[in-house]
Amino acid sequence: MKKTILAATAAAAATFAISTAQAGPTFDAVKAKGFVQCGVNAGLAGFSNPDSAGAWSGLDVDFCRAVAAAVFGDATKVKYTPLSAQQRFPAIQSGEVDILSRNTTWSLTRDTALGLNFAPTTYYDGQGFMAPKKLGVKSAKELNGATVCVQSGTTTELNLADYFRANNMTFKPVVIEALDEVSAAYFAGRCDVYTSDASQLAGIRAAVASNPTDHVLLPEIISKEPLAPAVRHGDDQWFDVVKWAVYATITAEENGITSKNIDEHLQSKNPEIQRFLGVTPGMGKALGLDEKWAYNIVKQVGNYGEIFDRNVGPTTALKLDRGLNALWTKGGLQYAPPVR
Amino acid sequence: MAQTRLSLNDPVTRGLFYQALVIGGVVAVGWYLIHNTLTNLESRSIATGYSFLEREASFAIGETLIDYSPADSYGRALLVGLLNTLKVSAIGIALATVLGVVVGIARLSKNFLVARLASAYVEVVRNIPPLLQLFFWYALITEGMPAVRQALEPLPGVFLTQRGLWMPVPLADPAWKAMGVAFIAACFALWGVKRWAAARQARTGQPFPLFAAGAGLLAGVPFVVWLAYGAPTAMSVPELRGFNFVGGVNLSPEFFAILVGLTVYTSAFIAEVVRSGILAVNWGQTEASRALGLNNAQALRLVVLPQALRVIIPPVTSQYLNLTKNTSLALAIGYPDLVSIANTVINQTGQAIEGVAIIMGVYLSISLAISLFMNWYNKKIALVER
Repeated sequence: MKKTILAATAAAAATFAISTAQAGPTFDAVKAKGFVQCGVNAGLAGFSNPDSAGAWSGLDVDFCRAVAAAVFGDATKVKYTPLSAQQRFPAIQSGEVDILSRNTTWSLTRDTALGLNFAPTTYYDGQGFMAPKKLGVKSAKELNGATVCVQSGTTTELNLADYFRANNMTFKPVVIEALDEVSAAYFAGRCDVYTSDASQLAGIRAAVASNPTDHVLLPEIISKEPLAPAVRHGDDQWFDVVKWAVYATITAEENGITSKNIDEHLQSKNPEIQRFLGVTPGMGKALGLDEKWAYNIVKQVGNYGEIFDRNVGPTTALKLDRGLNALWTKGGLQYAPPVR
Repeated sequence: MAQTRLSLNDPVTRGLFYQALVIGGVVAVGWYLIHNTLTNLESRSIATGYSFLEREASFAIGETLIDYSPADSYGRALLVGLLNTLKVSAIGIALATVLGVVVGIARLSKNFLVARLASAYVEVVRNIPPLLQLFFWYALITEGMPAVRQALEPLPGVFLTQRGLWMPVPLADPAWKAMGVAFIAACFALWGVKRWAAARQARTGQPFPLFAAGAGLLAGVPFVVWLAYGAPTAMSVPELRGFNFVGGVNLSPEFFAILVGLTVYTSAFIAEVVRSGILAVNWGQTEASRALGLNNAQALRLVVLPQALRVIIPPVTSQYLNLTKNTSLALAIGYPDLVSIANTVINQTGQAIEGVAIIMGVYLSISLAISLFMNWYNKKIALVER
């Protein structure tokens, strides 16, 4: 996601706030209160969605749980704050949440001017197009003259205009502020195509379309949208914990360790696995965590592949392929630095 | 008058003291807010100033009255939005006035059905929030109309779809401009004829068929010009090509929804204002005009309405201002008005304060312009006391 909302909210906050409150190092504060406060999307199928009982699930939610498992040895010690695109940056800047795990695109301005640090990318996304199958469109290059539904105030709007200009095509935008209304306009037939992050399109197709198979995602991806959890500047140790919580899920998949077989791996003779699972101590201490930190993450939340498949993979309603999110050994981009 | 002393016991000094205190307080709060904002913006390294208006906008806009492409500047994008706002406001005000006057008079009708229907219209429309009405009209088009490929064709060349209405338009031709000039000339001529006719009636008592003469002038003169230019008839007819209809003129669902929504909503208020204005005119005036031998329509037009207008104009001015300001609801249904465009600009440039200042400045200017015009008109029709 990439709503560049910084402006309105930051400026509004700037008018009254005298200084950004910095409640001491985040890591100490989190340990003291006994849970992780996690900022998530208020409802995006596959990424963060509350069920009828109010329990949260999704890919973004699972990385909050991974951090809780690493810090407390208990993945349930998370409290969720649903945030809108406009609310998310002030919430993390002001200390209202400890992690922002809300399909947020990692970009230079956000990494610097907004005062955030981004953990590794948990989902490599890109802007795509969705069209009704009966339109018979096979490629975004055939969209000359089409009417396109798009949400306002997002970089999606800019990428869209750039793409059509670069390909010498014209289009007619229908720009609406609220996501629900954009989706409603598209499914009513007001537009020929709907553009947004490909994962979001898949989520909307699964959740809103009366018959999801009537709509296809076109193959072209026209922008880079690395979605990553973020923490605020000012606590490097906390940043390390969040970073390595993500890497731990990738490292586990690289070594074939899953939540099911992890106990067998405790007997592994492989020194890297011994370090990773805390059989050989040292790694947990370096992070300021229990030596079982990675064991707890994988045991309670799973490795990256399990998290992906459970929330957005081919067997879910979203039906997303691993694509760029496959391990580097399988042609994807997911890669973890060595645990040593 | 007692000499002013420098003491809080003196009413004049006390008055000045407290006024100075209040003004000082307001200035101090204003200075604090501005200073604090600038300091905070600086500490967060957020840019300030209006230089962004020159930069390339690089986003597209669905409906434009002037040429615009994503390669144009933010300034031009905002101008496109302003013109879209003015378009809806101007057409909306004209339609709401006509509809409001008709409904207002209908509410006073002696015909039971007409009066009750008008009452029901006013009560229903006035009591539903305008945003919901916009959603209703928008959904009516996008959900209720057929898809582009199954378009309804009520008249040849006219297509009704969920993406709006397509109509043929005449192709560009110098004749249209000349006809416009001719029409304006005819208006001036009509004004002259009206003065002459009024003077003659005052002198001789002879009435003049002004309506027929006016219709003849306004329609006849441009028609003659059209013939003089060789009677061009070439039309641009919409046809289905690719994804959409191409050619002709398109009335989009967004424009339709915002225009109809605001017109209907505001007309209910104007209807009530018109009704109260008419009721404010003493019944004796109507009886007196009957005694003079005027019929119902004449009594309404010549005696009652001119007096009612004096009561009606000030509150109707507020309704015009409301309609203009309500155009900002367009954001919700995707009509690219000023607020919608400014919102995008703010999100892309990060300069919220400047963007909001532009929005405020523009609405203030439009509202003041409407107020000035309506005050001038109000003065013109005011009772001239001798």
